[in-house]
Amino acid sequence: MADRRPIYLMSPALAWLTAFMVVPCLLILVLGFFRRGIYGGIEYTFTLENMALVFDPLYAGIFLKSAVIAGLAASIAVVIGYAAAYAIASMPARRQPILLFFAVLPFWSNYLVRTYAWIVLLNREGLIVALARYLGFEGELPSMLYTESAVVVGLVYNYLPFVILACYAPLSRLNTEIVEASRDLGASGWTTFRRITLPMTVPGIATGFVFVFVLSIGNFVTPALLGGGQFQMIGNLVYAQFLTANDWPFGAALSMVLIAIMMGLLTLQTFATERASGARRVEG
Amino acid sequence: MTGIIRRLSIALAAGLCAIATSAQAEDLVVSNWDGYMAPDAIEKFNEQSGNTAELVLHATNEEIMGKLIASKGKGYDVVFVSSPFAEVLHNLGLAEELDHSKLPNMSNLYEQAMMLEHDKGNTFSVPYAWGTTGLCYRSDLVEGEPDSWMDLLQPSEALMKKTTMLATDRWLLGAGQLAKGYSVNETDDAKMAEVKDLLIAAKKTLLAYDDTTFYSKLVSGEASLVHAWDGWCNYGIGENADIKYVVPKEGSDLWVDTMVIMKSSEHKDAAYAFVDYILGAETHRWAAENILYKVPNKAAMDGLDASLIESFPNMGMKPEQLMSYEQLRDVGEAQRAYARIVSEIKASN
Repeated sequence: MADRRPIYLMSPALAWLTAFMVVPCLLILVLGFFRRGIYGGIEYTFTLENMALVFDPLYAGIFLKSAVIAGLAASIAVVIGYAAAYAIASMPARRQPILLFFAVLPFWSNYLVRTYAWIVLLNREGLIVALARYLGFEGELPSMLYTESAVVVGLVYNYLPFVILACYAPLSRLNTEIVEASRDLGASGWTTFRRITLPMTVPGIATGFVFVFVLSIGNFVTPALLGGGQFQMIGNLVYAQFLTANDWPFGAALSMVLIAIMMGLLTLQTFATERASGARRVEG
Repeated sequence: MTGIIRRLSIALAAGLCAIATSAQAEDLVVSNWDGYMAPDAIEKFNEQSGNTAELVLHATNEEIMGKLIASKGKGYDVVFVSSPFAEVLHNLGLAEELDHSKLPNMSNLYEQAMMLEHDKGNTFSVPYAWGTTGLCYRSDLVEGEPDSWMDLLQPSEALMKKTTMLATDRWLLGAGQLAKGYSVNETDDAKMAEVKDLLIAAKKTLLAYDDTTFYSKLVSGEASLVHAWDGWCNYGIGENADIKYVVPKEGSDLWVDTMVIMKSSEHKDAAYAFVDYILGAETHRWAAENILYKVPNKAAMDGLDASLIESFPNMGMKPEQLMSYEQLRDVGEAQRAYARIVSEIKASN
């Protein structure tokens, strides 16, 4: 019976991923073990130097810094996104699609354009400062653009819709009878949320968090534009190795470690989601 | 992200060109930065010479170098690159040894432009544009007249968080090297450690690192004093006459963008004809008049409108002055140390 499953339908996707994802990734992996040529090309002699250099305190520190910024962005996005998803899921069913539509509307415009919009808003002569002046505020406002906070704000803003969608899915499927039973048995609204709703929607939270974290840690556009190039994240470092330092082997080694971190997190998230839903099945 | 898209589309364009080259043998592929020559330059050249040259674009030196090194120069006939990269192409044996008899317009160049350090006698590269790196500032917002790299690196209280610096390795380091009185090609570890410390301290005073929009930050008033290439400062001057450019008293680097014919070119006569066409007084003057970069072409510069020099004083800089500055040279193995120092500066708090 199992043989009847149309596995062949997967072949276009597999072929596509193999040609355009697996093979390029393997090329990058191999590149990480060669030497940089004196003029920036690649010298085909095996070395572990690049991989070792990734763990040099300087570069390891940049990894750590990127992880902190990505973790901060993911946490903030989860808090805001979960609240929004909860509100949407509580709305009458016919309004929910419209609200979700508004949540993903920003994706209709280009990432770069959306990021530039923040420059227009936050810069020293920008809209927020102009508004403050119009309202009678005098004196110097603290600089908002080209700060670490601006980078976090930009990342949260850009990836928030992912979190809303990820959290909305389990929230909308939540069996309301369980929630009602909890209230009937005397639990307060907060206790019901804490003991029933939250645990049952952990997979959505985990998915949203990992999504924002993974997209943020490798991001190089937002730190370059909103951080004014002063906050080097790992994505910027990789970009610089390939495009300015002309050190492809080291850039490749950095990329491989970054991909390994991402894959590790995605695997953890898959296990966490599996366990959470498995536990629910047993309880049900 | 757009960088990737642009690179992909350029790679695609290059790929298509490569296909076209094999199909039509008289095709000439020229790679240049976007907007760095007259939009109709290729078309006019084709009309005059009966060739079918095609222009492809590269966003950075490193991008075109990556392709040239990977393909051993195949698929390209003439490339525009900055002088340290021309030097690398020569060292790798990818650059054509130039036959000056095929470049009669070479005589239009200033005599100084035949004696550039990276290639004395223009044996493998032909200079296309040259200039300096210095300070570009709003004279209405900056008190006094800045004249030292230290005005940028240790700004006065009033300029705190109102300055930007170039982020590209060599120029970022160059500001510190010049301020310390060192060569812009200095590789001594102890001296570079001093440069690093100076630049780490300077980072705390910056508004941002900016390679592409620094002049618009001056125009908007976001920044008051920026580290800039003279040609780009001119774009700011064009929008606000209070913007001024100065080469600090410690000096500048002399940057030179060049044209290189690839040794692997299968259309060398057409490639020579193209380079010679660009060296024509009229074509070369276009670059000075429209992109506001100085060109090392005496015939072109002598014909410049005096009012242009009045509006953009750095256009009037003489070749003697330019030649007093040191060119950025390829530093070979030390490039990795440079990249590391830049990472250390940018990762510092």
